[in-house]
Amino acid sequence: MSTATAPAAASGATTTLTMAQALNTALRDAMREDPTVLVMGEDVGTLGGVFRITDGLAAEFGADRCLDTPLAEAGILGSAVGMAMYGLRPVVELQFDAFAYPAFEQLLSHVAKMRNRTAGRLPLPITIRIPYGGGIGGVEHHSDSSEAYYAHTPGLHVLTPATVADGYGMLRAAIASDDPVVFLEPKRLYWSKDEIAPGPVEPIGRAVVRRQGTSATLLTYGPSLPVCLEAAEAAKAEGWDLAVVDLRSLTPFDDETVTAAVRATGRAVVVHEATGFGGPGAEIAARVTERCFHHLAAPVLRVTGFDIPYPPPMLERHHLPGVDRILDAVARLQWEQ
Amino acid sequence: MTVESTAGTATAAVPELVQLLTPEGERVEHPRFSLETTPEELRSIYRDLVLVRRFDGEATALQRQGELGLWASLLGQEAAQVGSGRAQRPGDWAFPTYREHGVAWCKGVDPLNLLGMFRGVNHGGWDPYEKNFQLYTIVIGSQTLHATGYAMGITKDGTDDAVVAYFGDGASSQGDVNEAFTFASVYNAPVVFFCQNNQWAISEPTERQTRVPLYQRAAGFGFPGVRVDGNDVLACLAVTRWALERARNGEGPTLIEAFTYRMGAHTTSDDPTRYRIADELEEWKLKDPIERVKAYLVHEEWADQEFFDAVDAESEQLARRVREGVRNMPDPDPTSIFENVYAEGHALVDEERAEYVAYAASFDGSEEVGEGR
Ligand SMILES: Cc1ncc(C[n+]2csc(CCOP(=O)(O)OP(=O)(O)O)c2C)c(N)n1
Ligand SMILES: [Mg+2]
Repeated sequence: MSTATAPAAASGATTTLTMAQALNTALRDAMREDPTVLVMGEDVGTLGGVFRITDGLAAEFGADRCLDTPLAEAGILGSAVGMAMYGLRPVVELQFDAFAYPAFEQLLSHVAKMRNRTAGRLPLPITIRIPYGGGIGGVEHHSDSSEAYYAHTPGLHVLTPATVADGYGMLRAAIASDDPVVFLEPKRLYWSKDEIAPGPVEPIGRAVVRRQGTSATLLTYGPSLPVCLEAAEAAKAEGWDLAVVDLRSLTPFDDETVTAAVRATGRAVVVHEATGFGGPGAEIAARVTERCFHHLAAPVLRVTGFDIPYPPPMLERHHLPGVDRILDAVARLQWEQ
Repeated sequence: MTVESTAGTATAAVPELVQLLTPEGERVEHPRFSLETTPEELRSIYRDLVLVRRFDGEATALQRQGELGLWASLLGQEAAQVGSGRAQRPGDWAFPTYREHGVAWCKGVDPLNLLGMFRGVNHGGWDPYEKNFQLYTIVIGSQTLHATGYAMGITKDGTDDAVVAYFGDGASSQGDVNEAFTFASVYNAPVVFFCQNNQWAISEPTERQTRVPLYQRAAGFGFPGVRVDGNDVLACLAVTRWALERARNGEGPTLIEAFTYRMGAHTTSDDPTRYRIADELEEWKLKDPIERVKAYLVHEEWADQEFFDAVDAESEQLARRVREGVRNMPDPDPTSIFENVYAEGHALVDEERAEYVAYAASFDGSEEVGEGR
């Protein structure tokens, strides 16, 4: 596990960064510390990536550690598998959520299974960075939330940061992990700004309570975290004091934190952009129900994207969970009893 | 006529570039590809080129004004698209990328319909069957397989229609494209693979995709490949006609590499100054696809100032119609997101639709529904 520390640690001061800059710093620090770490993907070199997450890496580390690849996602991930077999630690960028799909065969049949197939002899320390989710007015195929496919695949870790600090810390932890990690970056939070405090990087797999509350618990992750925090603020006017849990890792899943947070309020709503049917919320609601049944005053509800193909930009606001839809669900948590 | 290969050092041979009209507007002959054009046809080609460029420029302007969310400009690629577009008969099919506005124009798709997806009101505002022009495909390379399958379908009915699959230099690296080549070859499908090598795939030059000129890839799959001056509309027209004739005659697929240049940004979201030098642009400006046709028309005295003025006036009219059309495009109905997910009613989608309608009604028609609140 990583012994890395946050970038400000050296000076002992906090720094203000965007999430994009935090991710960029994480990549740079990992590459400086470990010569086997390399970055590869479409447009990651000279351009620095379409979201500039790899900005400056080609200049600092050269084209053989920051590879502008041919336009072929199966090729990118498949060759990353070979590089990892050789002993390298590739960090792959797949440019947008839906453009990860051509790499699915490599991901599901090889990346996820290699440790198991080789009786543990061949771990694949690959980090697969994928900007995901909507809310940026992207044309079709630029707003998918595909986390359920990945979380459904044994052998993969699925992480998604929602804060600037986690952008740094979780990416460092992902790169340090000896297992493959699908690292989902909420693209609409790339420009969010916050301070990063110095401190050791935490191991992956822990959820965190972002807001304490007594009435009900919102369980969420990635792009929906700020929406849930906003909903919790708005809920005060209705007399509800909402707790908000940032899951951070879909697998491994932190049952301990989630169970405690739900038992404390007796009511829970899961919020995510991904479509609801067979989505992460279904798994989470089931686990919560299994563990908290006798503490629950109401069924666990879900606020998710509808079960439709992602709509065109002008209609995405109707599809995405917003504050009102969250409050609407909270209102249905059987308060009258 | 030859061109320096940009494909690195792997090939010593300088590839042949089919050209019928030089950048200076001089008509030249090619031993393999000939073209008869009447003055009238040439004037009509010129008109297409100018109108397509004007439409494209207007769309870029509309994006800057906030009327479109995004635009992928075809600036510089007008000849490749108008040449290959005009080579098609109405029964032929085009399978485009997201940049084929000039092909759409030639097929008769209303340019206004192309703008719906870029404004963000739909995923493609036209009926593919109306003009045999498929929807734009954003996922790189996928449509080449669809085109191949469609062409395989045509062979079952034995008509002499054919298919043109459009893709870019970047797309040539995708598994889908290489699989399409394989399928088309093995099934001898009547499909023309039309690759616009505009030298860039966002920030990556063609060297990142290939060490051999792209047209040479065809040989390995067992069908002919031709590199054509993509800024020469006559050469593009002649070579695409030839390839379509081969397809109709049961001679199978052809790869055409139209050697051209993306004069603008990848899309309006892109900043090409980060990765390419201005000199390159200046060099390609001298090879402008429209100027050479104009020079030829003038030299042959097939068009006078009155004609050029009339085309300009018509292009302004088109721009105005597009501008007004976009501004007046109705916002889509929110409940439309639940439509066409399945052919029949579907319990889950119908339930969510009903819930959404009730939820929206609870706001009493106020503007605030779902606006982050
Ligand atoms: C499968 C897939 N991967 C990545 C992208 C993102 N992307 C959009 S356009 C583009 C470059 C395409 O280059 P090229 O094929 O040369 O076509 P051009 O844009 O130059 O016309 C990329 C990487 C995508 N749309 N689909
Ligand atoms: Mg290109």
